[in-house]
Amino acid sequence: MKLTIALISAASILTFSGQANAADAPTDPQIAHIAYTAGNLDIAAGKQALARSHDKTVRAFAQEMVRDHQAVNDKALALVKKLHVTPEDNATSKGLTKAADATRSKLSHLNGRAFDKAYIENEVAYHKTVNGALEGTLIPSAKNGELKSLLETGLNLFREHQAHAEQVARAFK
Amino acid sequence: MSLRSRRALHFAAGIWALLPAVSPAAAVPRTYTIVIEKMKFGPVPAQLRKGDAIIWMNQDFLRHSATAADHSFDVDLKPGAKAKTVLNKSGAIAFVCRYHPGMRGVLRVQ
Repeated sequence: MKLTIALISAASILTFSGQANAADAPTDPQIAHIAYTAGNLDIAAGKQALARSHDKTVRAFAQEMVRDHQAVNDKALALVKKLHVTPEDNATSKGLTKAADATRSKLSHLNGRAFDKAYIENEVAYHKTVNGALEGTLIPSAKNGELKSLLETGLNLFREHQAHAEQVARAFK
Repeated sequence: MSLRSRRALHFAAGIWALLPAVSPAAAVPRTYTIVIEKMKFGPVPAQLRKGDAIIWMNQDFLRHSATAADHSFDVDLKPGAKAKTVLNKSGAIAFVCRYHPGMRGVLRVQ
């Protein structure tokens, strides 16, 4: 299925980053851009779910994603402004955006239970991938203490999101 | 001591005897603070007693709640907000953040 291919592509992008050696490690401006992009993509996915889903649990999950990721991104924006850092676009951010665009396009052709199932399964896979990248690459590579702290809080939050998504997904098995 | 003074003393003693036997420590409820930070509830105070109060302080930039499983309290905490709850019953009271159910703890009230 093409949706699965899009998910694998997103995972490959971040897995590649995870295998990078110290010389290839992302810089703080790149990390900020990747984290902000990942959050924005999940906000867009959540808004799509709120526009298409009628399932109470799926909608509650989507609202949680929009609220929490917006809060993290607001905090990230305030931090980069304070640090005078300009987030720097990079191959990982571009790859994430491309994969998410493809997924959103596929989901736009689904309705009802088929949409709900595909959306929530994508959320499980997406958070798993992003959490792996945060833990394995982004947090260890971050140089600025405040950025690192924000990413650590983000990881705690996104693990919670992943667990919540897995719980919701079980109802669609 | 005059007769008048002795009567006043007996009156005071009688009044004192009518008061309930309350230890000074139990008569003074204590207030504790539990800080919420980095998606976690801070340490839960030990030796909580009925009548004590908890101030829930949300130092995260995310919205949280402190919600008792037995519905004895439920405070909604916007980022930076704090709220006070009084423990009106004894026993183990499980609590959770209803926005992030993985955040949880237990108050043990004597």
